[in-house]
Amino acid sequence: MAKGWKDLPIGGMILEAGNSAQYNTGAWRAFRPVRDASRCTNCMFCWVYCPDSSIRVKDEKMVGFDLLHCKGCGICANVCPVKCIEMHDEAEFGGSMEMVDEPGRAGGAK
Amino acid sequence: MSEFKALDGTGAVAEAMRQINPDVVAAYPITPQTAIVQTFSEFVADGLVDTEFITVESEHSAMSACVGAAAAGARVMTATSSAGLAFMWEILYVAASNRLPIVMTNVNRALSAPINIHCDHSDSMGARDAGWIHLFCENAQEAYDTIIQAVRIAEHPDVLLPVMVLFDGFITSHAEERVEIFDDAKVKAFVGEYRPKYSLLDLDHPVTYGPLDFTDYYFEHKRQQVEAMRHAQKVILDVADEFAKTFGRKYGLFETYRLDDAEVAIVVSSSTAGTARAAVDKLRAQGAKVGLLKPRVFRPFPAQELAHALRHLKAVGVMDRAISFGSMGNAGPLFLELAAAMKIYDANVPMADFVFGLGGRDIVPSQIEGVFRDLLQVAKTGQVRELVTYLGVRE
Repeated sequence: MAKGWKDLPIGGMILEAGNSAQYNTGAWRAFRPVRDASRCTNCMFCWVYCPDSSIRVKDEKMVGFDLLHCKGCGICANVCPVKCIEMHDEAEFGGSMEMVDEPGRAGGAK
Repeated sequence: MSEFKALDGTGAVAEAMRQINPDVVAAYPITPQTAIVQTFSEFVADGLVDTEFITVESEHSAMSACVGAAAAGARVMTATSSAGLAFMWEILYVAASNRLPIVMTNVNRALSAPINIHCDHSDSMGARDAGWIHLFCENAQEAYDTIIQAVRIAEHPDVLLPVMVLFDGFITSHAEERVEIFDDAKVKAFVGEYRPKYSLLDLDHPVTYGPLDFTDYYFEHKRQQVEAMRHAQKVILDVADEFAKTFGRKYGLFETYRLDDAEVAIVVSSSTAGTARAAVDKLRAQGAKVGLLKPRVFRPFPAQELAHALRHLKAVGVMDRAISFGSMGNAGPLFLELAAAMKIYDANVPMADFVFGLGGRDIVPSQIEGVFRDLLQVAKTGQVRELVTYLGVRE
């Protein structure tokens, strides 16, 4: 439940730095990025271009998408030099926010 | 020690601004306000104040610069009139909604077209729903006193709203009067140092002003503004009390003159209240029981207090220096709001509106006496023949 007017900072002010992480913009998404990890070269183009910092990286490897914040803009799929990211209709996933990162799913496996 | 100076309204406001010594003034010249910021800019050039004076290319930019400076934690003042206020429109709402305690003098002037530089109240009345506090002043002394109080009202933690100080173009802005100017140190002590609650320059407590605010939060923030307006009335009275204790002159939500035992009364703000006071005295000398109520605080509108002060009368005439075109009877905004207040708060008094002085048209004592005679007739018959009269218009 969102806070009422008595408990909110006045004028819509944001008093804590970095709190946009608490705002789950993933619900806006109409298309979901899906990666074929077997073809990913970890070039990090997607990480550089993602406007929502939604590319997850661990030990210098791309490990998936932060689907709570990814708005589905498709820039990652567009800039990927090996085309291993594909945008899928969000409806296919039935509202699940679980990360889909399976080999063969993207890259023309259909 | 106070000093008495010969000043017009603009000079009196500039003197108050010199004493307040705001951090930032951003302004664009427009008649009849120009003399305020022109005089103040001389104070800046002469090193009498520490103010950063920002000359801008328009009033939209002037208010935008004021918003930015106030969000940065500065004490900010400006001044405008008429088309200048209209050009600030978008940013007036931004200032109020971001809860920035900017103090602005608006020297009331008619709006175009046809172009006219003289007094009426259509400029500030049009801005009455923007979320600013509106304080009307009768003369240069009241303008000086009110600017000083406005700073305290705007910056009060329970309020944090911008304040418009209003007085009549040319009549008050350019007529020389005897004005009491208080000791600099006393004014500085009264306004105190501004400690902003949220400042963009406070690096230890970073804040974001004015983020996107959609269906899920916008309404709550508007409700907060309502609460601030509710608090404003008490703060206005508290500041007025402290002002009276410090400087000796008393202010309230409105001023009454020979009202207690009156049968009929005129409600009129600003300089015309002075003329009406003289008309009251003249008719009283002839035995007519007439009185006057001069609204000072228009926003927040003291509906209940006004209705209570007027409920004993047999007729009330509101004098409006603006028209709300297309409203009930094409009346003025003061009448419309007061009529609603009287109904809601059970003051069953026949009322009529007298729109006057548009575009600076003179209003003379004989016209006000005529209004009183109309009201005495209403009191006698209980009948209002004309809901709205346009005083002095040629047929």
